[in-house]
Amino acid sequence: MKIAACIKRVPTTEAQAKIGADGKSLDSSGFQYMASFYDEIAVEEAIKTKEKLGGDVTVVTLGLQDASKELREFIARGADAGAILVDASWHARDARSTAKVLAKKIAALGAEVVFVGRVATDRDNAAVGPMIATILGWACVTEVAALELVAGKGVAKRETEHGVETVEFSLPAVITCNKGLNEPRRPNLRGIMAAKTKPIAEEPAELVENQAVVEKVELPPARKAGRIVGEGAAAVPALIKALREEAQVL
Amino acid sequence: MGNVVVFVEQEGGKPVRASLECLGAARSTGHSVIAVVAREGAEAAAATLGRFGAVKVVCLVGAPRYSPDATARDLVRVVREQQAAAFLAAATSTGKDLAPRVAAELDSTLFSDCTGITAQGGGFRIVRPWLAGKAVATLSSRAPILCATTRPNAFAIAEISGTAEVLKTQASAEGRVVVTSVAPKPGGKLDVKEAPVVVSGGRGLKGPEHFHLIEELAAAFGNAATGASRAVVDAGWRPHAEQVGQTGKTVAPKLYIAVGISGAIQHLAGMRTSKVIVAINKDAEAPIFKIADYGLVGDAFEVLPALTAAVKEIKAHR
Ligand SMILES: Cc1cc2nc3c(=O)[nH]c(=O)nc-3n(C[C@H](O)[C@H](O)[C@H](O)COP(=O)(O)OP(=O)(O)OC[C@H]3O[C@@H](n4cnc5c(N)ncnc54)[C@H](O)[C@@H]3O)c2cc1C
Ligand SMILES: Nc1ncnc2c1ncn2[C@@H]1O[C@H](COP(=O)(O)O)[C@@H](O)[C@H]1O
Repeated sequence: MKIAACIKRVPTTEAQAKIGADGKSLDSSGFQYMASFYDEIAVEEAIKTKEKLGGDVTVVTLGLQDASKELREFIARGADAGAILVDASWHARDARSTAKVLAKKIAALGAEVVFVGRVATDRDNAAVGPMIATILGWACVTEVAALELVAGKGVAKRETEHGVETVEFSLPAVITCNKGLNEPRRPNLRGIMAAKTKPIAEEPAELVENQAVVEKVELPPARKAGRIVGEGAAAVPALIKALREEAQVL
Repeated sequence: MGNVVVFVEQEGGKPVRASLECLGAARSTGHSVIAVVAREGAEAAAATLGRFGAVKVVCLVGAPRYSPDATARDLVRVVREQQAAAFLAAATSTGKDLAPRVAAELDSTLFSDCTGITAQGGGFRIVRPWLAGKAVATLSSRAPILCATTRPNAFAIAEISGTAEVLKTQASAEGRVVVTSVAPKPGGKLDVKEAPVVVSGGRGLKGPEHFHLIEELAAAFGNAATGASRAVVDAGWRPHAEQVGQTGKTVAPKLYIAVGISGAIQHLAGMRTSKVIVAINKDAEAPIFKIADYGLVGDAFEVLPALTAAVKEIKAHR
């Protein structure tokens, strides 16, 4: 079975936001990058699927050549190949533009199941996975916390506000991976050595115009300075008073 | 002005609060609001929606099981029939699952988890967080039809004395994805993303056996959900669904109470837009106090029982 996982490089979660000089972007000069948190889970599920059902795993990213670092890491863990759709403005693409390019690549790979993250922790769209599936006319299950795949179909569980849903679907499918689905493995030495010779293809990413147009980016309004109401259980009445009379939330 | 189609989620015939807020968001654009309701209980829910700003409600009936891709196609059909300028859903698990499918069918992008949507010169102006709220972006849309999800607790519910015309239409046949069962949450617990009050516990609680103190405070409020830091989720003390933060859920309740949580940047990213923040921590230097409106320096094990008793007392007298 042809399996793919999509990963996006995003600023590390320690990153502080600084507004770019144009007032319409983030200043990325201080950013360190990592594969988005949930994408680690997506790649792990792809590798586990290969181990169970056979086939091979290609890890795809729309981004810069720098992503070869993350792709090699995933190959060391057990993926077979990497593909970079090169675009210097990958981070500024909207969800539709990203999904269109990735959908085309996935179709070209002939993948039958694609694993993506629940959400990329930069723009927090949580949209690219189901958009890829819809563009391709495939099934999609989002926020998956448990998965069982067999030939041609699968069963997934997802946590919702009203409880845990059991979802049946047919392949081909896009699965968006949530925390709890698996524990991403660390690569072993043999994997790291083997990864050095595995192929990472690069091709230019097709341009798809954005529909989301950034007018401005700002830092969130600073919170009003707070205060310490007191110490220990003795301060509980002061806290209650503040919540009732000042904040009026009680 | 044109039409805005809103997907309204309901549970047992009652529309969920996040969807009522979404109706409020739609109404405040000045467009006419057309609600769409699906799943068992749709008709009971539909009858109530005029009071929340809908002028028309389309009920998708006759589907024995819920199929998100089929529902997305039904929504697209309604959007086209009504020649809608926008499609909105609340950013709940179900809304986030449906909206990108609808958007892709319409060849529109999706604006997720919006905190502001206003009509502007024939189009729309959207405000939404980036980097889990570390920055706030204002955008305009060049999409043929605006597709967006609204963040829970960010929009006011419109309560008016309207009635809506209710239309019934046959839901499409099942698609490639079908929900075969839902295991309800124990005791109808509120979700951390939707609840107006969130009480979260961190490593300061020392062990899973002490989280009853957090649960009891939440129960005293009556409308509170319990949350957690990643440290205690990773330690297996609390379920994943409770994690608040950059790699958990982003919440914006009216009141957020952080107990025994240090206030790491990843945690703050997930709760900093809460209206009122209370921090209880025994370390007066903990970073959580920098973001808190009201800080109480103290031992959670002494403070929580006293606070729970005080909240109970107030709720009992109302
Ligand atoms: C990639 C990445 C993603 C992350 N995502 C998230 C995320 O989404 N959400 C998240 O929360 N974290 C996240 N983190 C982890 C984050 O950096 C912190 O490690 C975590 O938030 C700490 O949890 P904590 O505050 O419970 O524990 P600690 O930092 O250990 O703090 C415990 C606090 O309890 C106080 N305390 C101790 N005893 C008592 C007592 N008896 N009474 C009162 N107070 C007491 C202490 O003073 C201390 O401030 C992420 C980290 C990384 C690297
Ligand atoms: N530029 C990208 N390259 C590869 N995969 C991506 C990219 N953007 C988004 N994805 C995938 O889609 C998931 C959801 O992203 P998003 O919809 O932006 O939150 C991510 O976790 C990735 O798996």
